[in-house]
Amino acid sequence: MNDIKKVKKLVIDKPLKLDCGQIISNFPLAYETYGKLNDKKDNAILAFHALTGDQFASGVNPITNKEGWWNYLIGPSKAIDTQKYFVICANVIGGCMGSYGPSNINPNTNKNFGTEFPVITINDMVNAQYHLLDFFKIKKLFSVLGGSMGGMQVLQFVSNFPDKSETAIPIACTHSHSAQNIALNELGRQSIMADHNWVNGFYNNNNKSPDKGLAVARMAAHITYLSKKGLQEKFGRKLQERDDLKFGFDADFQIESYLRHQGSVFVDRFDANSYLYITRAMDYFDLSKKFDGNLSKAFEKTNTKFFIISFTSDWLYPTSENREIVIALNSIGKDVGFAEITSDKGHDSFLLDVPDFLNTIKNFLNTSYDKKNEKRI
Amino acid sequence: MKKEFDIIANLVEKKSKVLDVGCGDGELMKYINENITNDIRGLEISKSNVQKCVAKGLTVIEGDAEKDLKQFPKSSFDYVILSQTLQAFLYPENVISELLRVGKKAIVTIPNFGYWKVRIHLLFRGTMPITKDLPNEWYNTPNLHMCTIKDFVNYCNKKNIKINSKNLSYKNLFSQLGIFVIEK
Repeated sequence: MNDIKKVKKLVIDKPLKLDCGQIISNFPLAYETYGKLNDKKDNAILAFHALTGDQFASGVNPITNKEGWWNYLIGPSKAIDTQKYFVICANVIGGCMGSYGPSNINPNTNKNFGTEFPVITINDMVNAQYHLLDFFKIKKLFSVLGGSMGGMQVLQFVSNFPDKSETAIPIACTHSHSAQNIALNELGRQSIMADHNWVNGFYNNNNKSPDKGLAVARMAAHITYLSKKGLQEKFGRKLQERDDLKFGFDADFQIESYLRHQGSVFVDRFDANSYLYITRAMDYFDLSKKFDGNLSKAFEKTNTKFFIISFTSDWLYPTSENREIVIALNSIGKDVGFAEITSDKGHDSFLLDVPDFLNTIKNFLNTSYDKKNEKRI
Repeated sequence: MKKEFDIIANLVEKKSKVLDVGCGDGELMKYINENITNDIRGLEISKSNVQKCVAKGLTVIEGDAEKDLKQFPKSSFDYVILSQTLQAFLYPENVISELLRVGKKAIVTIPNFGYWKVRIHLLFRGTMPITKDLPNEWYNTPNLHMCTIKDFVNYCNKKNIKINSKNLSYKNLFSQLGIFVIEK
């Protein structure tokens, strides 16, 4: 991953106090942009990525040579048309695509931080990315959006900076990570830690990495991104390049082979320690904690126009959890729209070609943008 | 533009805050939004209608009026509109009381079962009436609780709900639709 030095980076020189108490400064934030910022600087959209995403939301990721994770949504003539909007996406701190993370070198030891990297939170990620507004001299974003952990960042952003975005689209997310989701993340972390190559997070010193543990973590997580119906329809009990069961532990079933493949390609592009840090940040996310459990208070000061989206088959961040955000906003009279999109593709729906989803975002953004400058009746 | 929409829109004061319960494809909301007030939002149960509202640039919340009105605080809207859906609810009484809690005023419209054509249909044909506003057969109608204008007025009187009710017997016979502004 030497090419990683070539990605665009902003070095943030202002000290940032993390939730854990540590102060970081002069740290890199890797980012990418799509489209052009107009003269009025009123067409900027900040997209937040999910657990294993990165700044390459659209086009081709130059490091992995794969398509950007939000290619269905963002690009010229797409739902978020980059001929009209200026989209910014940054790699979260704690990540491994150029931003400050556990694979960076610790100046005190001249070795990778590993688990000496401070534990970060969604709040820290958002506060770091806020510097992008200053960098691009944007007074107010037109929109902030993101799915899953990206949606959590949207909520945190609007809560922290109530007058810094016209609109906000949290997708398939939650305001408070549930016990089930903490449990699933813990499963992934324990899998990484159980790999002998992990060596308490200092695997880079040995030039070995906990690939097996990370692959199993990814396999387990991948199941949670799909739905039972989706899995059954795609794989059922179909066998993998064989006519009958082999009475062994090879991948007899296509679903096994598929998951093994997902695990093995993941380790090529993702750092095991980043996986630990970012899942931890998600687990710590509980937006109303600071407000005595009253979620509405997190949004009291904002006039941002929200549109919240969930998916019928998403059992990881189900409609009920998304609806709690809608209720919190409605109960204080905020401007909020909500739609549950029909899809059997599970939590992953927000990354896929789901026309109703893409149209919802397109229509919401375009009509909000056109209305923005109209005078109020 | 349906004539009903025109009448409803004229009942709404300029710059007021409005919730359209069961807003359908958003046509009424759009009209009010463009002509009366832009502080309007809708609650709609049908996914395809939600998509239509979003396409029109309207603020819409996917949800069920029988369950989801409770999230809005007391008197959070100047007007709550319920256009021709009261009869389709399982518990219309609860919906009315929620409308009056959430809105300072509620505008309710009902298909009038006391309309003369409906009466004649039942009287002479002896079958459940089918009209322009009541197009379904008894076995596939979404309408669970049909009432007449007079029934609705009587209900409001019984529950001490303030209601506009002039020329009641005339309206009950000659109106296909009852349009009411009610408040506690």
